[in-house]
Amino acid sequence: MHNSTFFVAAVAVAAAVFGISTYIGNDYIYFAGYVVLQYIVLATAWNILGGYCGYVNFGSAAFFALGAYSAVFVHKFYPLPIPALIVIGGIVSGIIGFGMGYLTLRLRGVFFAIATLAFAVVLQTLIINWDYVGGSRGAYIIRPSDFPGLGSYIEYLYLIMLALAVIAVTTARVIERSRLGYGFAAIRDDELAAEAAGVPTLRLKLLATSISGALMGMAGAPFPYYIGYVEPASTFGLAYAVNSIAMPMIGGTTTWIGPLIGAILLGTLQQIATVTISSVVNLLLVGVLLVAFVIIAPNGIVGLVQERLRARGK
Amino acid sequence: MANALLVIENLSKRFGGFVALEEVNLSVTRGERLGLIGPNGSGKSTLVNCICGTLTNESGTVQFDGQQMDGLPAHQRTRVGLARSFQLPRPFPSLTLLDNLRIPLLYTVQARSGLLRSSGDVDTRCAELLQLVGLDGKANRWPGDLTQVEMRKLELARAIAAEPKLLIADEAMAGLSHTEIEDILKLLARLNEQGITIILIEHIMRAVMSFSQRLVVLVSGRKIADGPPDQVVRDPEVERAYLGQ
Ligand SMILES: Nc1ncnc2c1ncn2[C@@H]1O[C@H](COP(=O)(O)OP(=O)(O)O)[C@@H](O)[C@H]1O
Ligand SMILES: [Mg+2]
Repeated sequence: MHNSTFFVAAVAVAAAVFGISTYIGNDYIYFAGYVVLQYIVLATAWNILGGYCGYVNFGSAAFFALGAYSAVFVHKFYPLPIPALIVIGGIVSGIIGFGMGYLTLRLRGVFFAIATLAFAVVLQTLIINWDYVGGSRGAYIIRPSDFPGLGSYIEYLYLIMLALAVIAVTTARVIERSRLGYGFAAIRDDELAAEAAGVPTLRLKLLATSISGALMGMAGAPFPYYIGYVEPASTFGLAYAVNSIAMPMIGGTTTWIGPLIGAILLGTLQQIATVTISSVVNLLLVGVLLVAFVIIAPNGIVGLVQERLRARGK
Repeated sequence: MANALLVIENLSKRFGGFVALEEVNLSVTRGERLGLIGPNGSGKSTLVNCICGTLTNESGTVQFDGQQMDGLPAHQRTRVGLARSFQLPRPFPSLTLLDNLRIPLLYTVQARSGLLRSSGDVDTRCAELLQLVGLDGKANRWPGDLTQVEMRKLELARAIAAEPKLLIADEAMAGLSHTEIEDILKLLARLNEQGITIILIEHIMRAVMSFSQRLVVLVSGRKIADGPPDQVVRDPEVERAYLGQ
């Protein structure tokens, strides 16, 4: 399928999802759906670096928070429409992603992962001590009750996150089929061999950290309006870091559809668990599923399907 | 010297306290077929790694096609026309054989010359290259499905795919049958006729002797002989190095 065809198809699917949601017309659908969509963006973004290039980022929460706090900062300064905040959040997180990449990409494997974790801790400490954006007390953002032309404001936020999901998934898919995607795969498989084949590995890895960081920041930018109250502990929450890793791993990391499947599945499951059991079991659920998949199906759901098809082909 | 493609001067490389290469000087003429031999551990692969930028040498210089290579990352050296096969094959395991060859085509040939614009052209070229090394029919298989010998052929095909000016084959023939060695030698000779300079690193003396116009011997990181093959193999120092093994 051509890239533009894919984009049109993705928009059509998103439109259908939005149509069904408005038909149900319950605000709960928007609140829960927003979270699932946000995880589609985060998981897809994580996968561009983690799945395509093989560099495990434990600091997703920091990039998400960077987007959220960029929005808080701008909001205090001069309120802008959310799409503009998304662009700003994306640029800030993209630049920081580039910087983090520049400092850490000489590290491999587990050392890189630890560095990203340390990076998240440093950033969180900075935010805690930055009064202008609320420091450890947090900052309140008054969410308008409705959005002209739509209905409730949450419906608007839901629509925005839907659009972001389309952008993220299309970006991932475009990369995957491009020269860049093949370069990423070569880096994931063997960096020395990739260099020997002409792949500028450092430049490509910096591109991956920038794109991945930018998309995570974009996912975080509308968050203050969704939640109404932003404080460091929850914005840098473990759930973001863990889910961003677990969703692609469970769905499958080598294609764009893996993180999508993982995010829809795990995200929905967590929303159901929150309502029926309690929000505390969420991470436990993710942890158990992640361990199970790593042991039984290390290539995720997509990997399982591919193996089936391959076995049948022989 | 005016027609030298590769000029290595006083190249030294150490691993910790161990001196792997010591003051190596070597010059390779455009279009030459050079054999490089030496006992195991004498530094042949290390020399290749220093030439191609996979390793950085502490001292000495590498000049290729009139350009200084020192400090250039490996991918840039590949783009100016240096390509090598790894002695221990390093395929991209998650990519099919076709896609393994696609990497150098996209990142070297396409990036350098703007040729192979369409993906159809790339596919065709990948298929040609697989056929060249006798791996046609396995285009859509993964490296994991290959035998060690087939993996060597893939390694060679990936180096050839980069359309180098200088091709370094690092023990690409180990384990191959007599006829397979003949096939690879014919392939290398054909590439050489097309103007590609070739350095052949090999233990199989019959192959080296029939292929090389000149022979260089490394022992313990030092070059001990350099000249016409039949003279070099009769050199007493070379004989001693090999008998001493
Ligand atoms: N990365 C490395 N680290 C430490 N020692 C190495 C490394 N690579 C090679 N060596 C050592 O350098 C010497 C030369 O190795 P090599 O160049 O592979 O020899 P050859 O290719 O001639 O068999 C050997 O003693 C080997 O153990
Ligand atoms: Mg060797």
